[in-house]
Amino acid sequence: MKASLKESIAGHAFLIAGAVIALYPFLSIMAQALSPAPGSTASGPTLENFESAWTRGGFSLSLFSSAFVALAVVAVTGFVAALAGYALSVLKVRWRGLIMAVLLIGLVLPSEARIIPLYDMMSSLGLLNTYWALILPQIASSFSLATFWMANYFGALPSSLAEASSLDGANSWQTLRHVYAPLGMSALATLSCLVFLYTWNEFMLALVLMPDDASVQTAPLSLSFFAGNERNTEPEVIAAAAVLVALPVVIAYAFLQRRFMSGLLEGAVKE
Amino acid sequence: MTTAPAVLTVADRGARRARSGRPGRARSRHYLYLVPGFALYAAFTLAPLVQTIQYSFYDWDGITEATWAGVDNYVAVITDPVSRSTFGHSIVFIFFYTVLPTIIGLLIVAVMSRVRIRFLTVFRTVLFLPQILATVVIAVAWRWIFAQDGPINAILDLLSLGALSRAWLGDFATALPAVGLIGTWIMYGLCMVLFVGGVQKIPVELYEAARIDGAGPVREFFSVTLPGLRGEISIALVLTVTNALRNFDIVWNTTSGGPGTSTLVPSYLIYEGAFVTREVGFAAAASVVLTLLILVITGAITRLLRSGADR
Repeated sequence: MKASLKESIAGHAFLIAGAVIALYPFLSIMAQALSPAPGSTASGPTLENFESAWTRGGFSLSLFSSAFVALAVVAVTGFVAALAGYALSVLKVRWRGLIMAVLLIGLVLPSEARIIPLYDMMSSLGLLNTYWALILPQIASSFSLATFWMANYFGALPSSLAEASSLDGANSWQTLRHVYAPLGMSALATLSCLVFLYTWNEFMLALVLMPDDASVQTAPLSLSFFAGNERNTEPEVIAAAAVLVALPVVIAYAFLQRRFMSGLLEGAVKE
Repeated sequence: MTTAPAVLTVADRGARRARSGRPGRARSRHYLYLVPGFALYAAFTLAPLVQTIQYSFYDWDGITEATWAGVDNYVAVITDPVSRSTFGHSIVFIFFYTVLPTIIGLLIVAVMSRVRIRFLTVFRTVLFLPQILATVVIAVAWRWIFAQDGPINAILDLLSLGALSRAWLGDFATALPAVGLIGTWIMYGLCMVLFVGGVQKIPVELYEAARIDGAGPVREFFSVTLPGLRGEISIALVLTVTNALRNFDIVWNTTSGGPGTSTLVPSYLIYEGAFVTREVGFAAAASVVLTLLILVITGAITRLLRSGADR
């Protein structure tokens, strides 16, 4: 009993230290963002830096771009992956093994392996510096994980569901629409959190595919350019910009943490 | 009376379809469900992948006509000193992204394998925070932590070790491990959460049996906890190694590969070769090598630890 108490104290101390260290960087930029920049007349915590970052860094535009791109990717990926997952796990189309193997490539492929041809493709299609340049490749990057996700979920449901539905005379589309889709909503919601997170945070694709037009650039890319310009920008304002970019995701995480966490952990298991 | 046959045929057709032995039109129509997703996947993932491989065998500046180069680009990736050093840096990053976080995660389960953790959800939420923050935000935060007037140097001054203080990301001796430590910070929470969750799935009887056999905490860790965590360890290794090898965002946003080339990584070389110095063939070859490296290492980890689990 005593050993167990000692273990418990040591373990919890360890966990608390881990938690403090995990929190510290974010809290420290938060504190920095709230403190008055040189030349400011404010004496205590102030929101001036946020105003300054918002107007000088153009974050109203880039946060909108990020949200638009991420929501578009989430909506399309969720839809096409639900269709594909249904075909693979419930309809059990032939050559399933081969199709899954092809999908597996997308699960482990780094952006680096396709970034050069993607740039050439978008450039020849005239799509560089447009939302399309980011939306289309990111749907393709999330498609594998999303399809496996939905296939796993649909496949775990009792097969009697499909049988009963077809006994009622429903065709495969009606079965998906009225039986599987409603049941899959929760899995789809968790998946959406995951895809939203990946898309919102994506950096390399954005850097390469929308390099020149600030009006479409996503928030992480704007932040990178804004923070790279250190000579003209006070560190307090850069910190405020970083908080602005992180905040939408942090708020979403605070409300949907269970979905985010199970998404990240299960997504990891599937990889 | 009149409806009975209709019901029967519907039921009959339904049963046949459910058994799905019929390769007729209905079944080939099922492929339509795959079309929208696979069209996008083929156009924006598979086709570019094939093209990257193709580029890697050519000498091309991205503008003028490409000339066949055979394996020259691959030879350059392997023999060029700068390119070799980037792969060396990747190995250092594997230490910081993978080895350290795994050890930290294992330490926590070694200390408290059988203790009920209080406020587990709170700890999990906080420990996971680094996983959801954009890498650019992480880079901005850590640039401040490592800065000349940042908190690390302030602590050193406080301990009257001010002589050691420096701009950690700008110093040849410390830039690489400093960037690596950011990776450790991103990954250790994930490892802790994974392993703490995994330990709770190990049957309590195994621990009781070990105790009855007179096993001390050390033997218990090695003979019960560690084997029980095989699956979780394999996941942690795969995830962290992939991130270590693909480290582009953090490097780009902290050191840009400097000072000199001391924090240059393969992804950075690929970016520069493809879009700055326009050695497209070389960059493509480097991305093929990087991709193969990720596939081989993660494949080996999975195979080793999964086959071990079957024994």
